[in-house]
Amino acid sequence: MLELKGLEKRYPTGDRALRGVDLVVPQGQVMALIGPSGAGKSTLIRCINRLVEPTAGSVRLGDLELTRLGARELRRARRRMGMIFQEYALVERLSVMENLLSGRLGYVGFWRSWFRRFPAADIAQAFAILDRVGLTEFVDKRADALSGGQRQRVGIARALLQDPDILLVDEPTASLDPKTSRQIMRLIVELCEERGLAAIINIHDVALAQQFARRIVGLRMGEVVYDGPPADLTAEVLTTIYGEEDWSRTIRREDEEEEDPEAARDGTAEEAGGPPAPDRERLAGMT
Amino acid sequence: MAVAGARRSWSPPPLIANPWLRWAVVIGAAIYLYLALNSVPLNWARILDGLSRGWLFVKGFLTPDFVSRHEEIFEGLLESVVMTVVSTVLGVALALPVALGAAKNVAPWPVYYLCRAFIAASRTFQEVIIAILFVAMFGFGPFAGMLTITFATIGFMAKLLAEDIEDIDRSQVEAIRATGASWAQTVNYAIQPQVLPRLIGLSLYRVDINFRESAVVGIVGAGGIGATLNTAFDRYEYSVAGAILLLIIGIVMACEYTSGLIRRRVQ
Repeated sequence: MLELKGLEKRYPTGDRALRGVDLVVPQGQVMALIGPSGAGKSTLIRCINRLVEPTAGSVRLGDLELTRLGARELRRARRRMGMIFQEYALVERLSVMENLLSGRLGYVGFWRSWFRRFPAADIAQAFAILDRVGLTEFVDKRADALSGGQRQRVGIARALLQDPDILLVDEPTASLDPKTSRQIMRLIVELCEERGLAAIINIHDVALAQQFARRIVGLRMGEVVYDGPPADLTAEVLTTIYGEEDWSRTIRREDEEEEDPEAARDGTAEEAGGPPAPDRERLAGMT
Repeated sequence: MAVAGARRSWSPPPLIANPWLRWAVVIGAAIYLYLALNSVPLNWARILDGLSRGWLFVKGFLTPDFVSRHEEIFEGLLESVVMTVVSTVLGVALALPVALGAAKNVAPWPVYYLCRAFIAASRTFQEVIIAILFVAMFGFGPFAGMLTITFATIGFMAKLLAEDIEDIDRSQVEAIRATGASWAQTVNYAIQPQVLPRLIGLSLYRVDINFRESAVVGIVGAGGIGATLNTAFDRYEYSVAGAILLLIIGIVMACEYTSGLIRRRVQ
């Protein structure tokens, strides 16, 4: 459904953030994009909805070529791509509902959005999604009054309200604690399954990527160096993506894979599988 | 002093190392100061006369006369308040587009430079100079004053607001753009909420400034309480002038207090 061909980005400073990325994401697939900082993960997903303009290559969403769209058609196309951000990127001084409804801005005219007079269907949908992410009682709270996990739920709800075909997710858990991170990742994956959405999830945390994505793509220096199932992510593969390091304790062990799913739901899976790993992985990713 | 460790006296090195140059500068400055002071005409008789006149003024200030010219004072004050309100509202409204244009992260560069140039022009000249120009163009009266203060308000508000817009959190703008929002919607949803408290605070602050300015520009003929004050001085009615000054002080203090109160609330 989403198809990148020879995608390149060269910044005015001369940095080549992407060096010819080819990638196909079929409908309904949740894909994790891993790689060290500066590998081009953020640039890649921003080149898809053209928050960053790609220098060369093509991006096709369905049968629409995104790189050649004019301003108006681009806005129309962006409605089909929900984006979720690392620091939530909520408008802090607006209420939860206003933040949610901003997901409908691509569908309503200026004056309607100015007076916050959204169509009744949009509002009904917003309440339904708010209920789904468990934040109904926060509807009129200001976004800056929420905790990190709650804010990210609002971020997810805003993206869903766009009624997208694909989610572009940029480090959704980087500002969250390990337990909330797992809850947020589970929520994103569940919602994608419910709605048949594809997703590209940029993520530092290799263990989280393995736990929740069905496909993992490794990016290094703007090039795809791994593309395969989470189970094939061996120490050698991690070395190709991130460079030399002791990966033996990062890789998910067999006994963890056969774990009782209920235990994982309580957030105890991390403790069961040895010391909580995320910090170490994040350090490895920072280098 | 062969051994550095044996030194027992120290004085700081002089600012100018060369003693000849040092003394030349000191003596030269003294001579210039003497000549300069002598070039200013000092009329001691006039100063003594002025001292007594100053005393009359202080006495007038202590015995303010609100009554004998109350109609003129009231009219002047009313005119000043109208000038303040109209020019603040108009100035702020016109400053908004200029501020957006003068923010590097919002406007394309030709618009940016145009708006920055306008702001620079508005801020270069003191209000009194602009008032003289507008009085010459539109005649005496509050209209010239209103234009002056509006013009000054645009420069002030646009500059400070543009700086605030340049400091906003970019990720919020990115998030709104990513939803497919238009430029106007992005301004309304991502930028306006971030700068609104500052906009309100600056506007209220500008109300006090504009009231004070309305008193100043009146002196060059641009209407308002300043004109009344000027007339009172011209007629040597120091008690009336004192009353006007007391009223200005009172109103400015009241404005400052209420604007401070409101500003604390909108944060």
